[in-house]
Amino acid sequence: MNTYPALLIVAPLLAALFTGIFVWIEERLCYPIAVLGMLISSFSAYKILMAVLSAGVIHYRHAGWAPPMGIEYRIDTLNAMVLLLITLIALINLVASYKTILVETPDRSGSFITIYLLFVVGLLGVTATGDLFNLYVLLEITSLTSYAQIGLGDKDRGPLASLNYVFIGVIGASFYLLGVGYLYIKTGSLNMMDVATIISTMHDSNTVLVAFILCMIGVWIKMALFPLHVWLPNAYSYAPTAVARVVAPLMTKVMVYVMVRLMITVFGFDYIFSTLDLSAAVVWLATIAILAGGLMALAQKDLKKMLAYIIVSEIGYMVGGAWLGNTTGMTGTILHILNDAVMTFALFLAVGNMIYVCGHVGFDNLKGLFGRMPWTMGGFVLAAFSIIGVPPTCGFFSKWYLVLGAFEAGAYHFAAALIISSLICAILFFRIFEIGFFPEPSDGDDHAHAHHEPAVMVEAPVSMLVPLGLVSLSLIIVGLYSGTIVNTIILPMLQ
Amino acid sequence: MSETLALIIGKYNYWLYIILMMIGLYAMIVKNNLIKKLVGMNIFQTAIILFYVSIGYKTHATIPIIKDSGHGDGHGGGHAVIHAADYINPLPHVLMLTAIVVSVATFGVAMALAVRVYQRYQTLEEDEIRMRLTEE
Repeated sequence: MNTYPALLIVAPLLAALFTGIFVWIEERLCYPIAVLGMLISSFSAYKILMAVLSAGVIHYRHAGWAPPMGIEYRIDTLNAMVLLLITLIALINLVASYKTILVETPDRSGSFITIYLLFVVGLLGVTATGDLFNLYVLLEITSLTSYAQIGLGDKDRGPLASLNYVFIGVIGASFYLLGVGYLYIKTGSLNMMDVATIISTMHDSNTVLVAFILCMIGVWIKMALFPLHVWLPNAYSYAPTAVARVVAPLMTKVMVYVMVRLMITVFGFDYIFSTLDLSAAVVWLATIAILAGGLMALAQKDLKKMLAYIIVSEIGYMVGGAWLGNTTGMTGTILHILNDAVMTFALFLAVGNMIYVCGHVGFDNLKGLFGRMPWTMGGFVLAAFSIIGVPPTCGFFSKWYLVLGAFEAGAYHFAAALIISSLICAILFFRIFEIGFFPEPSDGDDHAHAHHEPAVMVEAPVSMLVPLGLVSLSLIIVGLYSGTIVNTIILPMLQ
Repeated sequence: MSETLALIIGKYNYWLYIILMMIGLYAMIVKNNLIKKLVGMNIFQTAIILFYVSIGYKTHATIPIIKDSGHGDGHGGGHAVIHAADYINPLPHVLMLTAIVVSVATFGVAMALAVRVYQRYQTLEEDEIRMRLTEE
């Protein structure tokens, strides 16, 4: 039996246990333990992906109990991809954030690392599990740890932003739990595959409809789809750098994965698109989310807030693509889970470096940044191009699938929103580039002197630049290999 | 009219949980004090716990423990025929043990955050906090 699925989750969990103990004994050991745990986990995720690609779906039964009774981890190509993504991003971020953790939470770095590892455990569990209630519990582990981490951020606004996130997060998770309850009433099972088999015969049941709607609303609140997005911008922009870097790319994307999983595996395309007539309404909602996210991003004066609203807009892409009701749109959504996680990660890595050097990232503080931090800005430009959707970068390819899917489904408004959103992103980022190229304002009245002064480089430390460089390059690599990814990972699962 | 009444009485557990849930949601949306919001959040979660507990219940059924059939060997019931209809479904109740733990943990984290907010602003009233934020 393949034991990697257990190792994947147990390694960071044990590492969290040990870091929790070592906080009291020798705090310096916490960081190496965490890195070791994440390394083991990443290696397991890689092994799982290889095993799934060669031998098909992996079933891991906990304590040997057979599925409808016991809890199983069911890993196909979709979760294998997301698992590898989570472990790699968490590992790279842990390496890149070593210095910022020491700066931003100086007296609590050990406890911080413990919560960070538990957060990763939650994300991995949500992705790997094949059980609906288990998903809820792990979702709450993820949320609880992210509340705690965000509360450690900005002294003035962090706890308040986090508390508002708690209120809305609880409503979201409770709706999901309620939906699972209705599914349980109808089917008497909590295993995803089992539930799927049973409800395929009861498509006209109102209970299943209520369960579906409750689950979807719960997941949408958690992923911040447009009218339900209000918690996201504050929570993400007042979080500590090390947290924003991992929560922003992963949390919402994992929730999109949960939505896709519920749609593909549990309820099934036949039920959602043939029996129910909701897809047009949801695609409209996604269209509005894309445009509203973009417009609100235009109004921001702080780089972190602007990126947070871009995430709101990107969520619209993925929800819309999944609800178009054709394979092309769903391919676009799944590819965009991967691409958007990598691009958001690259952007937030760059922003983290800027914060480490400049203190804050209000637009007025970014003047002359290209001269001072050329490498960081290089990575930032690549990531920005990817968000806009410039061809060799990966953002282009998923957007291409989404636009094709929109035309196939006749949802021209959605295609138009995607293109307009690209334009808005271009405006947003070129405004940043423009600010970045201006020289730093001189301190005194001596204007002439300021013009002759060469720009002084104050780059972030190498330990933060190397991860950014790697991730920015991977934007292009993922883009070049997106055909392979679609053919080997995504399409086999949608057949 | 009597049909509606029958619907309400026959499914009173669902009505109760929905009423409780709406009370909680109302408190979370309308109340100005952060602690009152937290209490609303707890009522909201408790409503869902009650919903799960009520769906496991059956009339004229007993607790899901198989009684000793009289042999006194400690393995009672193994020989007797067991009718599932005689026993309450324990699974939703067990699930709710986990959900209770989750809701207690959430409440704890939220209380800790409320303490931090109070330390910073010296108040837990949302409008006063908002006023402080706009002043700064």
